[in-house]
Amino acid sequence: MSDTTLTADAADTATAPLLDVDHLTIKFGGVVALDDVTFDIKPGEILGLIGPNGAGKTTAFNVITGVYQATSGTITFDGTVLRKKKRYQITKLGIARTFQNIRLFPSMTALDNVLVGADAHSKVGILRAIFRTPYFRRTERESKEEARRLLKFVGVDGRADEFSTNLSYGDQRRLEIARALATKPKLICLDEPAAGFNPAEKQKLMQLIRDIRDAGNTVLLVEHDMKLVMGVCDRVVVLEFGKKIAEGTPAEIQNDPAVIAAYLGVEEEDVDDAS
Amino acid sequence: MTRFSEFLTNTGDRIGDRVHPIGVALGRKPIKIPLIVLGVLLVFALPILNPPFISTPDSDFPNVLFTVTIYAIVAVGLNIVTGYAGLLDLGYVGFYATGAYVVGLLTAYHFAWPFLLVLPIAMAVTLVTGVLLGAPTLRVRGDYLAIVTLGFGEIIRITIRNTEWLGGTGGIKAIPAPQSVGAPDGLFAIPHLAWEGLTPLVNLNRETKFLVFGVLDATPYFWLALVALIVVIFVERLVKTSRVGRMWEATREDEDAAEIMGVPTFKFKLLAFASGAFIGGLAGALFAAKAGYINPISFPANLSMLFVAAVVIGGSGNRWGAIIGAVIVAYLPERFRELEDFRLWFFGIALVLIVSFRPQGLFPNYSARRAKRSARQAAKEAHAEVPVV
Repeated sequence: MSDTTLTADAADTATAPLLDVDHLTIKFGGVVALDDVTFDIKPGEILGLIGPNGAGKTTAFNVITGVYQATSGTITFDGTVLRKKKRYQITKLGIARTFQNIRLFPSMTALDNVLVGADAHSKVGILRAIFRTPYFRRTERESKEEARRLLKFVGVDGRADEFSTNLSYGDQRRLEIARALATKPKLICLDEPAAGFNPAEKQKLMQLIRDIRDAGNTVLLVEHDMKLVMGVCDRVVVLEFGKKIAEGTPAEIQNDPAVIAAYLGVEEEDVDDAS
Repeated sequence: MTRFSEFLTNTGDRIGDRVHPIGVALGRKPIKIPLIVLGVLLVFALPILNPPFISTPDSDFPNVLFTVTIYAIVAVGLNIVTGYAGLLDLGYVGFYATGAYVVGLLTAYHFAWPFLLVLPIAMAVTLVTGVLLGAPTLRVRGDYLAIVTLGFGEIIRITIRNTEWLGGTGGIKAIPAPQSVGAPDGLFAIPHLAWEGLTPLVNLNRETKFLVFGVLDATPYFWLALVALIVVIFVERLVKTSRVGRMWEATREDEDAAEIMGVPTFKFKLLAFASGAFIGGLAGALFAAKAGYINPISFPANLSMLFVAAVVIGGSGNRWGAIIGAVIVAYLPERFRELEDFRLWFFGIALVLIVSFRPQGLFPNYSARRAKRSARQAAKEAHAEVPVV
């Protein structure tokens, strides 16, 4: 993991955002999924993206990771405009993601799943494989060490050789995070990582997210669980019907009348029910 | 059964445990090497030993062995495309035909180049054909890909039939055999065995001249094909246990997720397609050199189906399974030739039974079996956690 370079980058560009979403609009036919949304993520921060169902959170995710193309507006990541970039090129630039509904490679082992991510930055060639060149052996060994380290980091190291489909639900979610981290991202996007977690697991997840940030990553978090979002995020962006309605620290968001009215419900006790 | 299949497959598929090429290609434990060598020698000796029950009473045994080996090469190639990368290719016979026709055209029809020079050319041309066909077709997925490849297989055959420059409907005759060593009598002669019941007898009327590629004796062709098969397995194994194999699997498992994890999936699908074509071309080239005569009817679409059947019956994604599938598909109909037309009927029943009772194939791929095993393990652990009252 290139911790040192990341922190150096962060120091150099303390004010420049890592990801800059500028007047982003996406239409699917007549449906406007995102309407003129602007926000940015600064290096080393944990940004929460929240909103009721259908607010456009996952759509925003999919544009950032190259699954959809923006109708208008630009996304700039680390100085590069992400337009007409292939998904794997975006990964190589340094954006990784997990999926709302787990999408591991089911009949590959946990270790192999992470290795696929770890291979993202190594050259791959059939001749290298056949002749087992020194480069091939070195990168293969490094990838493997890195993959094992990441499995340990997220806490599924005991099940490295198990088939990912046989892992428990929580382990699968954590494995997805490890796989995303293996691509050495500058920005990691977590799509509802706490879905289906019990309170104890959520607590652990919050710590994991903080650890990921402390390891030099920037985190974009889409999550329904308010406790988790408010507990871990530095800043929160609120979407509703494809529009940004608020942005600020968790404390500001919790007291923002627009957010309370539109998203959290009129009474604060309804927070959990609303999600 | 399980233990045997484990022996066949449980040899170093895990990444990076052994990085030396020979180690990876042969398996993890050195103790296995003498066993493997012994097994390979036994296979080489099959046409000489002519063993009872295994030998085919109604057709020439070395000839059957040659066909089986060609099918095995095809199965290994197609297993890369269908098994590893998950691309259902119903037009694989097109590559087989391409390899055969390049040999026919360059050794007989237009030029008279030696076979060993033409063989790499045939494989290279087939590789290019694979890339040319794959580049447009691999943009579609699943069933659509199957239909498009089926079409391409037919297009190759029909193009050959209608192009006089490629031999047309008449095909290509008098394709020369590979260069013999020590012709006309070879370096030495090996008499075959004949069996009376279980008593072996030396049949001095039936000798294989080492190494003369003639018309009557298919044994040298079998040996040549077997060497090719072994080289193919060796190289394929090195590729499979590398990150190339990993990326093929990831693409098969979830193409979108793979792409987002930084795998240029199109490139890897094309690589699988081209590698498969390359190996298919090799098989076709060997077939042409042995057959001496090829025409478009030698490469019908149902041959593609048979190839896919071999891979699926054996166990898609497991090279040994695919090879055993090829043996079944090529050998069984010849072995039971005395049943005449009923043999296809029995063959059909055998296929239905296999697919009904072992839908993953006779030897499902390594990871599929391991998954089952670890699922059992997990179930056992969960069971153990329940406190015993």
